[in-house]
Amino acid sequence: MRVRFTVNGQQHVVDDVWPGESLLYVLRERCGLPGSKNACEQGECGSCTVYLDGRTVCACLVAAGQADGRVVGTVEGLAAGERLHPVQEAFVEAGAVQCGFCTPGLIVQAHDLLENASGSPTDAEIREALAGNLCRCTGYEKIIEAVRRAAEARAHDAPTAEREAP
Amino acid sequence: MDFLRPVTWAEALEVKAERPDARPIAGGTDLMVELNFGTTRPTALLDLTRIDELADWERAGERLRIGAGVSYARVVGELGDLLPGLAIAARTVGSPQIRNRGTIGGNLGSASPAGDAHPPLLASDATVEVESVRGVRVLPIDGFFRRPKVNALAPDELIRAVRVDRASGPQQFAKIGTRNAMVIAVCSFALALYPAGRRVGAGVGSAAPTPVRARAAEEFLSGALDWAGGGPVDEEVGRRFGALVAAAASPIDDVRGTAGYRRHALAVMARRTLAWAWHDYREAGTACA
Ligand SMILES: Cc1cc2nc3c(=O)[nH]c(=O)nc-3n(C[C@H](O)[C@H](O)[C@H](O)COP(=O)(O)OP(=O)(O)OC[C@H]3O[C@@H](n4cnc5c(N)ncnc54)[C@H](O)[C@@H]3O)c2cc1C
Ligand code: FES
Ligand code: FES
Repeated sequence: MRVRFTVNGQQHVVDDVWPGESLLYVLRERCGLPGSKNACEQGECGSCTVYLDGRTVCACLVAAGQADGRVVGTVEGLAAGERLHPVQEAFVEAGAVQCGFCTPGLIVQAHDLLENASGSPTDAEIREALAGNLCRCTGYEKIIEAVRRAAEARAHDAPTAEREAP
Repeated sequence: MDFLRPVTWAEALEVKAERPDARPIAGGTDLMVELNFGTTRPTALLDLTRIDELADWERAGERLRIGAGVSYARVVGELGDLLPGLAIAARTVGSPQIRNRGTIGGNLGSASPAGDAHPPLLASDATVEVESVRGVRVLPIDGFFRRPKVNALAPDELIRAVRVDRASGPQQFAKIGTRNAMVIAVCSFALALYPAGRRVGAGVGSAAPTPVRARAAEEFLSGALDWAGGGPVDEEVGRRFGALVAAAASPIDDVRGTAGYRRHALAVMARRTLAWAWHDYREAGTACA
């Protein structure tokens, strides 16, 4: 089966896809994009989180054929060349990365939270947004802190007009 | 394995008639787990995510028709006022990623006794609209669940939508699990009040081979509440209601909990949801007065 889709702005055409294959497998094994991690293959850990038509999903639970003609965004698409995305920067600075296995999924999910949140999310909102992403190393505190930092950085960088509006 | 991708509902029904062996796939949050672990190998997958009308809901007066492909995220975002019970339940499903993808139709398709959409749909008298090239059937939801993970669909049928009236009174849902997210219910309970008809609906999840309605509990409570005066619920009424809800279940011991715990928890949830819903009912009464 042939699957054609856009990943991080680039058109991909993939042949010989087995119809029961997941989007995660196609990204990692056929598109050379191993950023999204494969841990549980049952939607429990969130390490495979990607954007599918603008919404975050577990790539392990999307059938490859369902992504045909759709727009996918992975963690590889967030940095601008060598410059990390502010969310990635915040994870590094806050010490939110230990073994790093959970990091790509958390970065994508945190990115989604900050793109869609108006103002800075509360800790409860951050925990709720990241409830489907498991980390075995950090104990989560540094991850929450990283998201807080990224939110602050974003507020700081927002256009002046927006910030000063009553 | 074939991958079939109809783009219209009519085409999907034709494909299903020709290939009754094809497994429908919507959000994939149940089916992909089975595929990833090799526990199922259907001869074909029938992708329903390209059929736009399936992923939408519509309203005609008090009647709602929720397409099978409507995700939990959309129920939470769009139906909170119209169907608060279902929306509260949807909010407890999995994680944001699962709610973005998982659908009401998929929940009914899997027909797990623990499916979180089922108790609120039972409590709110929903019907399930199923269709094949032979025609449409509208099934009352309490006849839809046949056995654990088996529903009333014929091999050539697909679930088109859920039909349900918008809430005419307070609705509540409660679920027991080990954490706040990513939890298959140990047991769950949904309550709906119908002030105009002076009756209640009660749905029980994860405590019997299928989701069930607690009929005796409904009848008892409908007659025992002070609808006209809006007076407080007598403690004994709450206890009796809880006991009748627990009696409607036929739970088992499993890894998530014992039968005894489930009965106990159901009675507690029934009392609590009643207290919350009755509070809302009285508030609404004073607001109008
Ligand atoms: C990590 C995780 C957490 C979860 N947490 C919860 C939870 O808290 N509560 C809960 O209730 N569930 C939970 N689930 C289960 C699952 O998300 C739900 O059952 C969901 O509603 C399934 O919908 P779907 O669209 O993804 O179904 P799919 O996986 O696409 O399909 C499920 C079944 O329904 C059939 N089907 C789908 N659509 C139709 C249709 N229109 N007509 C006929 N048959 C159809 C399919 O053939 C399949 O048998 C969880 C799953 C995961 C992976
Ligand atoms: S690998 Fe997809 S959620 Fe764990
Ligand atoms: S850093 Fe190791 S799993 Fe999160």
